[in-house]
Amino acid sequence: MPSFLPLPAAVEALIRDGDTVALEGFTHLIPFTAAHEIIRQRRRNLTLVRMTPDLVYDQMIGAGCASKLVFSWGGNPGVGSLHRLRDAVENGWPNPLALEEHSHAAMANAYSAGASGMPCAFFRGYLGVGLPDVNPNIRFVSCPFTGETLACVPAHRPDVAVIHAQKADQAGNVLLEGIVGVQKEAVLAARRSLVTVEEIVDSLNPASPNSVILPSWTITAIAPSPGGARPSYAHGYYSRDNSFYVNWDAISRDRASFTEWMNENVHARRTA
Amino acid sequence: MNYSANEMMTIAAARALSDRDVCFVGIGLPSAACNLARLTHAPNLVLIYESGAIATRPSVLPLSIGDGELCRTALTTVSVPEMFRYWLQGGRVTVGFLGGAQVDRFGNLNSTVIGEYSRPKVRLPGAGGATEIATSCGRIFIVMRHHPRAMVRKLDFLTTLGHGPTGVERRQLGLQTAGPTLLVTDLAILEPDPVTKEFTVTSLHPGVTREQVRANTSWDVIFAEPLQETALPTALELETLRDLNARTAEAHGAAPALT
Repeated sequence: MPSFLPLPAAVEALIRDGDTVALEGFTHLIPFTAAHEIIRQRRRNLTLVRMTPDLVYDQMIGAGCASKLVFSWGGNPGVGSLHRLRDAVENGWPNPLALEEHSHAAMANAYSAGASGMPCAFFRGYLGVGLPDVNPNIRFVSCPFTGETLACVPAHRPDVAVIHAQKADQAGNVLLEGIVGVQKEAVLAARRSLVTVEEIVDSLNPASPNSVILPSWTITAIAPSPGGARPSYAHGYYSRDNSFYVNWDAISRDRASFTEWMNENVHARRTA
Repeated sequence: MNYSANEMMTIAAARALSDRDVCFVGIGLPSAACNLARLTHAPNLVLIYESGAIATRPSVLPLSIGDGELCRTALTTVSVPEMFRYWLQGGRVTVGFLGGAQVDRFGNLNSTVIGEYSRPKVRLPGAGGATEIATSCGRIFIVMRHHPRAMVRKLDFLTTLGHGPTGVERRQLGLQTAGPTLLVTDLAILEPDPVTKEFTVTSLHPGVTREQVRANTSWDVIFAEPLQETALPTALELETLRDLNARTAEAHGAAPALT
């Protein structure tokens, strides 16, 4: 049974300086409010893992939370670059950021391997390309049956997975629907997990038998956080604020306007 | 009807998709072309987005690869690990539609860095799904704007395998998929030479000269003989594309137009 905690207490209890943390959500259900609480609590030297480090990691990197990023696509989807990520990589501001770079297929397989309790994942990939030359965690093995060359990467085993979901019931079972991404795998791969939810309900019914359900015993803490995925979206609750993603390009382009936005919209606000 | 070079590019790219294709769609220019095809000559075209949406029929173009519209209008939505394992790696996709920051004469793509990897001048988004899309889909179409900095002699980084740095590496690796078979730009259509695999101009868009293509390609580009002229956009193609872009702009507020 997970602990039901207010978000600040949940972040304080679960996330420590130097942890490897995976905030997941593939465009949908991105745990922005949890990220903002991590920023407010000034966590440092985090290794951030995420397939698509979009605005949420741009904010955490610009705020100085991260010393390493493990990722496969870092951009503002449909808009352009992540300026804070680029400033960290190209100029070391606010601190240098080490990169461990993969493809989506590798990241998805590494989460699955972590959830499966495996040390590594293997798949058909990375043939003839440059990433294996710059990432020593990409290796190749021969299939013992066919001899085919397969790519191999270590399993993701984050200290903490942080996700946002639609609902939890009173017993602490969690439901997510729509574009479900890699969140189930991230939670099952992690040692601890924090789930923010739109609402806590008496019963998850009528859940479809095929909804993604994370049983209570797989989760460490649940924090109610209505609107916790904004400006991304929560299927059945609210839509993606596409105009904010477009506007982020100008906000994040220089350090002063970024810092001012963070002061007004993150540091000055408290979560309940 | 008047039309822009970008409209010609999107329309020429859309025409390459057939009604029987199952297409893995990249965001941006590929997404516009794929949905235009579905709304014109290929109503049964199956569109797959890496966020998990299978056989999706969005009424507006998604800004991101995982907009809610893709899930709401999909036949089914699967998890991301399932997408990459069962559907892409499983060989259930006939065409992958990609873009990138740089392409070379053999259809290899860079979306990782400009400059040195360890000290990049420009840090680009990275591979995303492209690396495995390029080797797992039956064949690859590429759509990019023609520019000397985009059509380069040598990639700064090889993110996504085309036919290989000298055109032979893909075959040597024993890959069973065809790799890039089409490159559509705002000036021309290029296809690989059957033997050398070098992308060769097979069709110029109406009004475009060989000199324009040469000036915007950093390698010494070869023109096929006979050289074709791309058919003009039809009224239906233009109206459908403009309606789609207008609906998209309205839905996204400040989103950039994809015309």
